[in-house]
This record gives sequence, structure tokens and C-alpha cells, in this order.
Amino acid sequence: MGYTIAEKILMRHSGRKSINPGEFIQADVDVALANDITAPLAISEFKKSGFAKVFNKNKIVLVPDHFAPAKDLKSANQCKVLADFAKEQGIKNYFEVGCMGIEHALLPEKGIVLPGDLVIGADSHTCTYGALGAYATGMGSTDLARAYIDGKCWLKVPASVKFIFKGKLKKWVSGKDLILYTIGKIGVDGALYRAMEFCGPVIRRLDMDGRFSMCNMAIEAGARAGLIEPDEKTRKYVSAFKRRPKFYCSDKDARYEKVYEWDVSRLEPQVACPHLPSNVKPVSGLKGVRIDQAVIGSCTNGRISDLRIAAALLKGKKVAKGVKLIVFPATQKIYLQAVKEGLAEIFVKAGGIFSTPTCGPCLGGHMGILADGETAIATTNRNFLGRMGSPKSFVYLSNPAVAAASALTGRITHPEKIKK
Amino acid sequence: MIIKGRVHKFSDDINTDDIIAAKYLVSTDAGELGAHCMETIKPVFSKEVKPGDIIVAGNNFGCGSSREHAPLAIKGCGVAAVIAKSFAAIFFRNAINIGLPFLESDDADKIRHGDIVEIDLDTGLINNLTQGKQYHTQAFPSFLQQIVECGGLINYIKKHKKDRSK
Repeated sequence: MGYTIAEKILMRHSGRKSINPGEFIQADVDVALANDITAPLAISEFKKSGFAKVFNKNKIVLVPDHFAPAKDLKSANQCKVLADFAKEQGIKNYFEVGCMGIEHALLPEKGIVLPGDLVIGADSHTCTYGALGAYATGMGSTDLARAYIDGKCWLKVPASVKFIFKGKLKKWVSGKDLILYTIGKIGVDGALYRAMEFCGPVIRRLDMDGRFSMCNMAIEAGARAGLIEPDEKTRKYVSAFKRRPKFYCSDKDARYEKVYEWDVSRLEPQVACPHLPSNVKPVSGLKGVRIDQAVIGSCTNGRISDLRIAAALLKGKKVAKGVKLIVFPATQKIYLQAVKEGLAEIFVKAGGIFSTPTCGPCLGGHMGILADGETAIATTNRNFLGRMGSPKSFVYLSNPAVAAASALTGRITHPEKIKK
Repeated sequence: MIIKGRVHKFSDDINTDDIIAAKYLVSTDAGELGAHCMETIKPVFSKEVKPGDIIVAGNNFGCGSSREHAPLAIKGCGVAAVIAKSFAAIFFRNAINIGLPFLESDDADKIRHGDIVEIDLDTGLINNLTQGKQYHTQAFPSFLQQIVECGGLINYIKKHKKDRSK
């Protein structure tokens, strides 16, 4: 009997010879990640436990990114908890402002997460790393505190669900659209407690940035993980890193609870309307939706290819009167690359702002909070009521091209409508 | 363990931003968080809720972020237990890990706002005293019960480590 990629990684990390969905396992983690919101709670639980030293300082990653650069005194104090703990424990994978980036873009970029790893993160979008063929899953602070003690976590083995994407994507359609389409089809609990596996010729042609966007939002369908089997693109992406990856693929006779197969050749850019990521419509079905703000960035769509797509549309043009365009690259490396390529200049000349990396706007933290009655189009991952600020505001989720096109017209717009 | 309280009813897909908005995540104090529990969707909730009350909701309760502040806020405002048709996976484990009692029940939608219910965590039985009805649910698997019995994950690990070193 065969196993899925998710099952193989879990089997290897729990030292078992067989594994079945629904079983509880204790597994060894390769990376335990937390941020400035979740780490303080994990650290205080760890300290209360009476253990003095973490199990392995090299497997712990601390990234102050949510309310960093610190937005106020309370968040400054929270960020400092991470800095102090890193110093005390000798944790080198602590990323201070200046080296910091949005965690789920930063870790793959630095080679901290590799194919075959078991990654736990006190952040729900930890599932992003599934794009590398790692089993990566979001947990809470107490889970992290436990991992600090003994390097382990408890897991219930999820059943796997397979999504096969066939056909050829049209221009302006990206990994983000595939995942929005998927969530729209199956709902926000459509993969509850499952591992989603994305495959098929469309996925094979998708670049790594597009794959990260897809796996990033597996949690929005309730999934524990979203995985893509490693291929040549994955191998190339990780080739420069020192630590050795392990490439797992699903067996031909692996068990899937369900298999979805879609031809996406005719798919147009997708938009998730307020107030759920599953409330998805094709962009052409949203004529006349006025926006006050366009947000391009985040752990979903703050990578260099996302910025290039947005810049190509914005080049030499001005955002519509009254529209706030906020662009925030996900890491310092992406930031610098965008400056070198002239993308930053395009955003600023278009009337937008180009921000330092932060999760701020996505979760209504800082750097672009929505007022009562305001509407945003955002390349982020959640549009829950009040997510980006006022409970009386509205968030539409899209890919970077739709967000850039909409910034130019002031209404939700298909990028094909923007003339060169 | 028996818990008896008045029901506060919520719908499907109550997310962690609903339970505790991000702007309050600059604190890890359960009491402080509890004062803003459900503020976005029901501003009066934290004022109306009484210690020992019970939240009853639909499918996918606690979807969204991994913030443990969500079950902490629920505990912090005095709620003694949560019953829902289903729970989002991260909320599920956070609730276990911090020792917030909860039950999954297909009959959750039969329970009305304001009902008085009594729940037996050991057997999984829900007794709706207002309606005179009983609903049977699955008790947790033994591994999860052990964590809850230890008073949370950290205590469970400490006990486990001590047992092994004996």
C-alpha cells in the first residue's frame, strides 16, 4: 500500500514503519517558528515549565514581523522578548529589523526550510512551505513551548485530498487565482483537517513564487497542510543551500480521501469578496466595485515576481485620485531587488508607497488600516470582517495584477483593461 | 467533569479575528483579552457573558489564525466551555493545549441562545435543561484526554519526562 508525500514525511519524523490517517503521532520537528505575537506566549510557557535550555537552539526561528518595526510601546516590548530570548539561548535564527522579512517568505529564501522537513510554526500560514515539498503546519504558542522543551509535537495524521489542475493558464492568471478558485469551490472548511496536495501540468509549469502563494492559503480551506511534490524547479530553488534536502513524492497507489480534477484553461483572475476567502467570483463579475486602497504584498504575494507583475501595469501611470496604493515587499532581499530593478521607483512615481517588510496591513496591525466604510483590494490572504481595520470596512482578495489594475482605475478591474 | 451554564449562540465560521481582533494581540493576559472577546461581531458579548456560560456555534469554529489568544480570550471572559458542530484544526489543538473544555456535536444547532445546558466532559453527554433534551457526542480520544487531565500540554510533557526518568 502506498503513501502520500505528507504521510511519508510524517512517517519519517515519527520513526514509524506505517501510518494511517486519524492516528496520533509524536514527531520530531526540524524547524520551530514563532513571531512577535505568538513567541512571547511560547517563551513565557517555556519559562514557566522550569526547563532552562531549549532542546536545540539551531532549530528555533524567531521573526518579529507582525507588529514590526514596532508600531507602539506594547509591540516594542513584545518584539524585545524575542530578542532577549534569542540572546539568552544563543538562537542565531533571530531576525532583527534590518534583516527581518515576513516569515513565510524569509525562511525559504534563507534555506532554513527545505524539502522533506517537518516544520511547525505558531502562525497559521506556516503551510506556505508545503510548496517546497515540506510538511509545514500552523500551531499555537503552547505547541511551540513544548517543542522548545523536547523538539517534538503531537499530530493527528491528516487524510490527503488531491487537486489536479489541467490545461493552460491564461495571461494574468496565477497561483493565487488557482487557490482562490479552489477555496471558492470547496469552502473555508472544505479541507478541514486534511492535507491538500496540488498537482497536474499547471502546477508543474507554475514558478516557485506561484507555488508559495497557493500553499500559503491551504489554511483558508481549513487544511493542516498544502503540499506540492518537488521537481526540477524545487531542486534548483534549494540547490545553493548547505543543508541537504530530502525529496519525497507520493506513491502511485497512495490513498486519497478525495480527488478533484479541474481544467483551468478558461479561468480568469479570481476575487474573494467580503467577508470570507471562499466568497470567490471571477473579476469580470465585479463591475463597478469602488476601492479606497490597494495593498500589494504579504506572505501570499510579496515576492519579487508579484512586484514585477504589479510594476509592469503601473509603469508610467498614476493611481486613481483618492486611492491609496501600499506596496510592501516580503523580505529585505526582495526589497533591494525591487529597488535595483527600478520597481520601487515605479510604485512611488505612480503615487503609491513602498514599505519596509511587515505583516502590518494584512492583519489590520499598522501601515494602512482601513477606516469605517472603506474598501480595499489586497493580495493578502484573509478578508474576514474587520481583518484590515474597521468592522465597517470591506476587503477583496486578488492577485497582484488585479490589485495594480484596480489601483489605476479606482474600481476592481481586470488587468487586460489597462492599456500599455 | 460537569459544566453547567447559559448558552451564547454563534453562527458558522466564527474566525479568530472575530474572537479577538489583531489590535489586541499586544497582550497575552487572558483577562485583558477577554474584555474584547467577540467585540467585532457582538460588542456587548464581553459585558453580557457570566462566568460559567457556554458558547454554542456552528461549523468551523475558530478558523483563521494560529493565535492562542483566541481560546485564551474565551477563557478570560469567563466562558467555561465551547460546543460547536466542528472546530478549525489549530483552534482545536490550542483549546486542548491550554485546557479550554469543548465538545463537537452535530446537535449544536438544536441548542438555542439562552438555554441552560449541562455537559459531562467524561462521557460527552450534553443535557439541555431548558428543552429537556439530551445529545450524545464522542468523548475525546484517550491521548487528548490525558493532556486535558494533566491541565494542558506543558504539564503533560513534564509528567511524561518525569515518568521516563524514573
